[in-house]
Amino acid sequence: MPAPAIEFRDVSFARPGQARVLDHFTLTVASGEVLALVGRSGAGKSTLLKLVNRLLVPDAGTVFVEGRDTREWQPIALRRNVGYVLQDVGLFPHMSVADNVAVVPRLERWSAERVQPRVAELLELVGLPPQEFAARWPDELSGGQRQRVGVARALGVDPPLLLMDEPFGALDPLTRAELHAEFRRIQSRLRKTVIIVTHDMGEAFALADRVGVLEEGTLIANDRAAAVAASTDPRVRRLLDAVPVIPRA
Amino acid sequence: MTRLFAFWIAHRAGLASLVGQHVLLVAGSTLVAVALGVPLGIFSARRPRLASPLMAIASIVQTIPSLAMFGFLLPVPFVGGVGARAALVVLILYGLLPIVRTTISGLRGIDAAIREAGVAMGMTPGELLRQVELPLALPSIVAGVRVAAVVGVGSATIAAAIGAGGLGEYIYRGLSMVDTTVILAGAVPAAALALAVDGALLWLEKQLSTRRRSRSRRAAVTVAAIAAAVVMLSSAAAARRSSGAIVVGSKNFTEQLVLGELLAQTIERDAGLPVDRRLNLGGTLICDRALISGDIDVYVEYTGTALTAVFHQPVSNDSSAVFETVRALYAKSGRTLLPPLGFNNTFAILVRGADARGRGLRTIDDAVPESARWHAGFGYEFVERPDGYPGLATTYGLRFPEAPRVMDLTLSYRALAAGQVDLIAGDATAGLIKGLDLFQLEDNRHYFPPYDAAAVARAATLLRYPQVRTALERLSGRVSAADMRALNYAADVEHRDVPVIVREFLARTR
Repeated sequence: MPAPAIEFRDVSFARPGQARVLDHFTLTVASGEVLALVGRSGAGKSTLLKLVNRLLVPDAGTVFVEGRDTREWQPIALRRNVGYVLQDVGLFPHMSVADNVAVVPRLERWSAERVQPRVAELLELVGLPPQEFAARWPDELSGGQRQRVGVARALGVDPPLLLMDEPFGALDPLTRAELHAEFRRIQSRLRKTVIIVTHDMGEAFALADRVGVLEEGTLIANDRAAAVAASTDPRVRRLLDAVPVIPRA
Repeated sequence: MTRLFAFWIAHRAGLASLVGQHVLLVAGSTLVAVALGVPLGIFSARRPRLASPLMAIASIVQTIPSLAMFGFLLPVPFVGGVGARAALVVLILYGLLPIVRTTISGLRGIDAAIREAGVAMGMTPGELLRQVELPLALPSIVAGVRVAAVVGVGSATIAAAIGAGGLGEYIYRGLSMVDTTVILAGAVPAAALALAVDGALLWLEKQLSTRRRSRSRRAAVTVAAIAAAVVMLSSAAAARRSSGAIVVGSKNFTEQLVLGELLAQTIERDAGLPVDRRLNLGGTLICDRALISGDIDVYVEYTGTALTAVFHQPVSNDSSAVFETVRALYAKSGRTLLPPLGFNNTFAILVRGADARGRGLRTIDDAVPESARWHAGFGYEFVERPDGYPGLATTYGLRFPEAPRVMDLTLSYRALAAGQVDLIAGDATAGLIKGLDLFQLEDNRHYFPPYDAAAVARAATLLRYPQVRTALERLSGRVSAADMRALNYAADVEHRDVPVIVREFLARTR
């Protein structure tokens, strides 16, 4: 059996002077799988992602990426191997859309002849025609367009892993639904290993193969979407009940 | 206005050279301040515990008046002393604060999410700094450079006080000659320079802060760099001073400018050596330090001043005894006092001519009864010196209703003539005494020690260039008190050019 793409083995982590965010936490994500982690704000979802690309290091236990302890990875190499889509996008405001997307390829010293077609390809992939968008500036884009650029940027050097921190949280429902569909389309082509964290159970169902529910530093559910939707655990039900229901006629 | 333009046209070579020196001082100091301040700002932006004390120190430095700063630096080896080097050090210190501060605030103002994005993309700290942090902080840093450069243009005028040149030379000369035209001749270009620098850097700031293609940003930076280089080179050419020249110094009042010019022309003509004029230095102390450090080779000192202010010896009234004492003291420290020029520039207690005639005042004793209703105004030095005001008051029993007003020596003549004060201590040879109808009260109790003017030179220079000694010794006894008063009158009252006055004088007495 191949090693899981990402594995948390008995990981504990606390921010200095605060309660534990993760408490003997264990989780595996298989290669090519999309896992959505759902939890309330402050449940430690972002912390979990930062432990994967070694922005943070666990207090106890081990995080493995492609079978290697993150502490053994060279952090720069690890991060360039892991695409990261941030909560508030974090596009570089002094760079054009094309330059933003080209950041990691350029860090990896790709030649200009290689970078340019790659940027065009990625913008095409996220549904932003390059001839229209490549030269724009981040503040000339709508929220949805910015988020698309964020995804394109994370995919720059075609990393096998993708971490997404509340990627569509700040968008209006229509745009969000559009991007959900777009994500599924892209993922069906690229087959990345993806961890998405979100506080919205509905979003988790829309995107993920598997849904985990995080509460007080441990997983209280971790199963296929349909199974989680049928859960009787009251803590899981609370999150499920928050999903808006359309009244039937 | 016409006089101002006439002055500029007549002095266009000198003006170009001073503007060149000024630009060089500001550009050089600002560049160094950027080279030091930006890394310092980057370093301390990441260490908040370091940043606050650093900013506090920088702010304190900023509040030290520049003249005081020059004073502090005078005795410091390497960075201190007299001339452009010390001026650069002071200007760099002033420039650091705004640059460090805006670098820190520019870096701290960057959105945490953007910085985190850079780290998460796998940027090394260096890549993050170059590709994200510095480009985003650049407009703020340039704003700081702009403040530093504009403040520098202003502060650089004070550099003339320590012989660093620049447009301050006209301002100081104008102040010492009480000639508005000359003051404006320096002040107007300095103000124009400040506006030009401000405008140029504002343009650069705008180029950098508005979103631009990185190519056009790069173009803007290139244009700025080329412009800076051209300005530096051309001002270096304009400001170049002959090297290997004899450096003549002087203090910062008219008579000293005349005497400095007298020494300079004598050395040029009779010794055949090039001369570098560092006229208009801040005062006795600065001239003395400059002579010790070798920044100047020769200047004219007064025996009484040397005795008390330089060597801190008790006051004496015997002219030749004072000369011998001072010559021996100078000789001990590697300096040679040349024979007296021929006049005694003692302090002159002056009142308005009208008062003297109206009340029949002739001596200082005569003025004592009047002093109870009078206001006195004295220069800074006179208030402090052991042969100055305190001893004078005791000797004659002068009692003014309030403490004397301390003012610039040359302005005190005007203040007296205008009735703002009633008694001042001026120079016996001042041309303004005649020009403003002032009257010198006789020192009937012989309070003031003799102030025989004599050139004092570095012994090493005289050994190396014996022809300088021969030339200067030929000036011995050649300048009478009447000559000096006439020379000062021509400069101060008739506003004639000092080099011309001196050339005519030398031609007449040859």
